Amino acid sequence: MIRTLRVLLCLAVLASCAMAQTQLNGAGATFPYPMYSKWFNEYHNLHPDIQINYQSIGSGGGIRQVMAGTVDFGASDGPMTDQQMAESKVKIIHLPTVLGAVVPAYNIPGVNEELKFTPQLIADIYLGKISNWSDPAIAKVNPNVKFPNQSITVVHRSDGSGTTYIFTDYLSKVSQEWAGGPGKGTSVKWPVGMGGKGNEGVAGNIKMLPGSIGYVELIYALQNKINFGSVQNSSKTFVKASLESTTAAAAGVKMPPDFRVSITNPSGKDAYPIASFTWLLIPTHPTDKAKGKILKDFLFWMLDQGQTMTSALDYAPLPKDVVAKEKEAITKQVHD
Amino acid sequence: MSRTENEMNSPEGINPTQKAVTGIPALAKTATQRETSATSSVLERIRQTQPRSSRFPDATFRAVILITAISVFAIVVFVAWELIDKSRLSLHQFGLSFFYGHDWDPVNEVFGAVPFIYGTLVSSFLALLIAIPLSVGVAVYITEMCPVRLRAIIAFLVELLAAIPSVIYGLWGIFVLAPLLRVYVEPFLAKTLGWTGFFSGPMYGLGMLAAGIILSIMVIPIIASITREVLTAVPQSQREAVLALGATRWEMIRMGVLRNARIGIIGGIILGLGRALGETMAVTMVIGNRPEISQSLFAGGYTMASVIANEFTEATGDVYLSALVEIGLALFIVTLIVNALARLLVWSITGGSAARARA
Repeated sequence: MIRTLRVLLCLAVLASCAMAQTQLNGAGATFPYPMYSKWFNEYHNLHPDIQINYQSIGSGGGIRQVMAGTVDFGASDGPMTDQQMAESKVKIIHLPTVLGAVVPAYNIPGVNEELKFTPQLIADIYLGKISNWSDPAIAKVNPNVKFPNQSITVVHRSDGSGTTYIFTDYLSKVSQEWAGGPGKGTSVKWPVGMGGKGNEGVAGNIKMLPGSIGYVELIYALQNKINFGSVQNSSKTFVKASLESTTAAAAGVKMPPDFRVSITNPSGKDAYPIASFTWLLIPTHPTDKAKGKILKDFLFWMLDQGQTMTSALDYAPLPKDVVAKEKEAITKQVHD
Repeated sequence: MSRTENEMNSPEGINPTQKAVTGIPALAKTATQRETSATSSVLERIRQTQPRSSRFPDATFRAVILITAISVFAIVVFVAWELIDKSRLSLHQFGLSFFYGHDWDPVNEVFGAVPFIYGTLVSSFLALLIAIPLSVGVAVYITEMCPVRLRAIIAFLVELLAAIPSVIYGLWGIFVLAPLLRVYVEPFLAKTLGWTGFFSGPMYGLGMLAAGIILSIMVIPIIASITREVLTAVPQSQREAVLALGATRWEMIRMGVLRNARIGIIGGIILGLGRALGETMAVTMVIGNRPEISQSLFAGGYTMASVIANEFTEATGDVYLSALVEIGLALFIVTLIVNALARLLVWSITGGSAARARA
């Protein structure tokens, strides 16, 4: 009896020691989850008494939670709308962390070459106007490729997602018909196609269905070894998505002071047209001062050391001028 | 009042079935009613002869059991209330047009639930269509025709199907079933039964047919195990009586066993349907997630549970969220209606007697 009590007492003391750790909670986008996971881990190794938890529940969930103040910070692939900014109980600043690119991946039996896509071509395929790979419009852009007479199976996301937001934002910019029809959003009414759940679902569907085309994050296409094509940018150059071309996309856009910007279809010869920032949503006046200080310190670390770790995980780092602007914004706007 | 006095005084005289009865007049008509009134009168007797010290624990016990019984009902009411409350915004905006609208457009905020209701009902009924003959067949085989040594093994294997998580079914569906359907089964069905209109159009492998097949596999163990229990419970005398009248083996099974067990089998089917209506993960991975109504089973569809699972986390916008909760309310109502219809069916078969319908 006494022995049991002694053991329990020891455990209680140990538990209370563990609880002396500071814990920050964040929630949001799934796309940058592997990167954030690595960053928080590395930061914890540097500061063992600080633990940052991140739940990848989706951009929408992240925005909702940070607006309600239930988490210390949020993350989103798409920026908050003006209405959401106005409705939020907590005043929030958007801080870009990494860049991601969305690629058109395809699986056409007999075709292993890299295909070229014009914006109009992608829009017409997703609108259902082009329904066979042997269509002359495709052959015009890819004259040296022999296409089979195979109907096109369009694959899109069934779940709400930042990847869809980036892709539909691009399509809305390059196609009037798309902007007036399905429009842009994390979930849209797709004219044609099958839905797959998550980037993994879409990648899986593309690999399995012959004659399919879908959009996935660059990382998924690289790691699953799916063929993906190059896209024509606004300078009429066909650019294939890569870490360099993604970073070049960010360089071609004027960054507004609140960092909420869309970088799809930017100017710039080397820019990849379907790219986007992903943001951390940071409260400017944190209620817990200690946590606010830790978060600020993490952000500065992320902008210096963190950016060097991105390429290993196939994420594109931020351009230098954006990093400088962010550091200025954090110093001025995030109070602690 | 002594027991023997009452037996002498009762109009029927000394009746073996009334041995336990104390002073109950001959108002009780049927044997069951006599039994229940006998039991309650015995309880009454016990309560009267109890010492006062055990009255309070008994009353407490009764109260606690009553609370637990009411709490089940209360949970259902609470769930319904929460669903209605959270979908108030969408109910206000769309009203009844939500339940007959075809569009699901989150960008323009136009929401209609018909494709999802259709998808849920069609995939579930397709699953039942495939599962009922298979599971009743398995149950009949296990109870009637199987060698005794194999009985336990086969029963165990069937129940093992229920233990497999639904995500595994989904993965199996994507990587094994869908290619199988796309390459072999769907072309075959299109060639032979294409004229019906149910097997036409482009063949992806994924779609309503794949979802129906996977759901049927998930529903088979439920229906099979309940059917097996009910068939075992049919008294041997029924089988022997039918055989004695000159029936063949199949006729014996049909008339002696299945006929007696039909209420229980229908109960099992209702449970299976309940699982099929609510199944989310496996269905969303193979159904193609296309909110459209189409006659062909090759086309993609969308179920209510799938759309909630897919879009809930990313739903920004209050009307969007409210519309998704309203889909949940629609699922709740559809499940209630289907179960009520099934229960009515059971009552109509048993001639309307609720007591006899106790399965």
